[in-house]
Amino acid sequence: MVSEVQKNNSAILRVERLSMKFGGLIAINDLNFEAKRGAITALIGPNGAGKTTVFNCITGFYKPTEGMLTMTRQNGEEYLLERMADFVITKKAKVARTFQNIRLFSGLTVLENLLVAQHNPLMLSSGYTILGLLGFPTYKKAAADAIEKARFWLEKINLVDRADDPAGDLPYGAQRRLEIARAMCTEPELLCLDEPAAGLNARESAELNKLLLDIRDETGTSILLIEHDMSVVMEISDHVVVLEYGTKISDGTPDTVKNDPKVIAAYLGVEDEEIVEMLEHAEAAGVDDITAAVDLMSTEAIQELEETHPDAPVASLVATGPARPIRPAVAKKQSVAKVAKATKVSEDAAPAKAVPVKAPPAKSPSAKAPAATKVSVAKPVAEKPTVTGASAVAKKSAPKSAPAKAAAPQIKAGATANALAAPREGKADRLIDIKGIGPVNERKLNEHGIFHFDQIASWKKADIIAAEAYLAFDGRIAREDWIGQAKALVKASQKKPAPKKSGGAK
Amino acid sequence: MSENKALLSIENVETYYGNIRALSGVTVHADAGEIVTLIGANGAGKSTLMMTIFGMPRARTGRIMFDGKDITHLPTHEIARLRIAQSPEGRRIFPRMTVQENLQMGASLDKLEFFDEDVRKVFDLFPRLKERINQRGGTLSGGEQQMLAIGRALMARPRLLLLDEPSLGLAPLIIKHIFEAIKELNKTTGLTVFLVEQNAFGALKLADRGYVMVNGIVTMSGASKDLLANPEVRAAYLEGGRH
Repeated sequence: MVSEVQKNNSAILRVERLSMKFGGLIAINDLNFEAKRGAITALIGPNGAGKTTVFNCITGFYKPTEGMLTMTRQNGEEYLLERMADFVITKKAKVARTFQNIRLFSGLTVLENLLVAQHNPLMLSSGYTILGLLGFPTYKKAAADAIEKARFWLEKINLVDRADDPAGDLPYGAQRRLEIARAMCTEPELLCLDEPAAGLNARESAELNKLLLDIRDETGTSILLIEHDMSVVMEISDHVVVLEYGTKISDGTPDTVKNDPKVIAAYLGVEDEEIVEMLEHAEAAGVDDITAAVDLMSTEAIQELEETHPDAPVASLVATGPARPIRPAVAKKQSVAKVAKATKVSEDAAPAKAVPVKAPPAKSPSAKAPAATKVSVAKPVAEKPTVTGASAVAKKSAPKSAPAKAAAPQIKAGATANALAAPREGKADRLIDIKGIGPVNERKLNEHGIFHFDQIASWKKADIIAAEAYLAFDGRIAREDWIGQAKALVKASQKKPAPKKSGGAK
Repeated sequence: MSENKALLSIENVETYYGNIRALSGVTVHADAGEIVTLIGANGAGKSTLMMTIFGMPRARTGRIMFDGKDITHLPTHEIARLRIAQSPEGRRIFPRMTVQENLQMGASLDKLEFFDEDVRKVFDLFPRLKERINQRGGTLSGGEQQMLAIGRALMARPRLLLLDEPSLGLAPLIIKHIFEAIKELNKTTGLTVFLVEQNAFGALKLADRGYVMVNGIVTMSGASKDLLANPEVRAAYLEGGRH
């Protein structure tokens, strides 16, 4: 947890052990995070990760199955949101929200929408209608104030000239802005925005950035934000929390999160070219966050396996081990977010991890036998330390020689069981025909002895783990169904001997 | 403007909401096998044009031709029968129907023999929907609903696919998938795509040609490359931008 140190007053909202289940579906699983006072906190993640469900729990639309949601107001009052009814949350705890699927009163005018938001104070000043009917000055003043406030926000969101149009007639982007204004008219201390930039173009989302920063700086309102537009998230948020399948996978500053390999794999899906760019950039900077982290991840995965099965040969573990252990283990031991943060971690970690460092630098003899057409599945026990040691040393002595860059002609360590030393008939298939494989990944696969669709098609679970370890995108092979795609391509190439440039598998 | 081979051609169309003119003299076309995109600020009239193709609202003047046939005055369901499919802005899925039923609603009646295959293709594109197959549409997350809307449109085996902000509310990774899938469909089946997007950069990268709309008027048109390079377009739609 990021701010456990200064827990009390700095956090406006504390989410602790929040879980939400719908029948058998676990939408949120044991989620912990904090939103700081006066800050913009972003909640991002793949579709269906449970982001909106978190909002619905915070604003009382759902009662969470488990967990505690503590809202601390400016004046020190604390509210446990999970125990309050939704309308009380707005009124007393001062939390307001907008909706992903816009929910304005589309038949009311723009101005009326903003007045409805001020219903509570207006009702009070009108003595629950009676004094209002009698024309008491308190009510008249309150009504004038309400309109003044509505006007202020209409100016902020640039909709003054549409004040008397039905809200439903506004274009999509304007409706989104109006929702924000309506929420602000309730004078919230915490504003929850569900995809405020959806449907906005680049310029409009830049304007939205300005509006949100204004809200934060001028009114002191804290903002919790769900958004997919990275130009918004990365530019204005002070803190980013990433969800996947209801679980937090990363938490930190925008920069930390942006470079977290887990986030990239699950959510951002950086283009291959962009990775190259990032690598070059990192190289130029002398430090190598991503590569180091990624490299460390794969080393760690092997390490992890060694620890759990100390007496089994590592290659056979990599090749046949069960699919699951790797990821949770890595995540548990050393949060990948931390890994991504700095090389210092990797530098510290490398010596600590490399149990017996005795291998020649940057070479892993086990898998490199130049003429071998197949890397045997089961390696002798004796070679086990060599593999880890080698990659750890490789990293230490030359942290930049990550898989992507070292252009080794032979098969590399960690190759899958069915690796080939060279493409059959000297001609490799166009692996980039598989969706998800770009030029960079193709090169990595080739370096690891994968040249043909049928090789990928015959991968087993363990091979996938091994391949993902060097491709640095865990989960991706299954998600994008490379195997299925490869099978289809094999079939296609068998039917027509020479489709495109692929040499035909058999 | 080669009107002979145009699959869709919209000529001088004007559309009104009450007395407000939303589109004035819009002329655009999409040739068979092309990906055409329409970009513009919010409220420019892009979605109105999409809806006008389907006759809701109807064009007050001008003409809409599809495959050489005048469809300006056809009832909406007959327009849909011509294999024009739309993934509308704001999803508009059937919230009380399951994912499966929503896809059934989108299937074209005269090509039912392809139903299973088409469902499979949609699930290939959006594995998430497969996990949710028996869930009601209304209980899906926003992004999943968007996937469903696109999937439902694809179920019609369309000749012309109208996509109104397909990327709305979707994670960056999924957007990439969708854009790749559109390109793929276009390449393999020759599907004609008419795309409205706020993500102008992505849309122009995907499309062959583009139109720029401002206040209901098409102000610029040309090859995507040229529009991408155009300083005016850059300033108005690309800067401060994504990616």
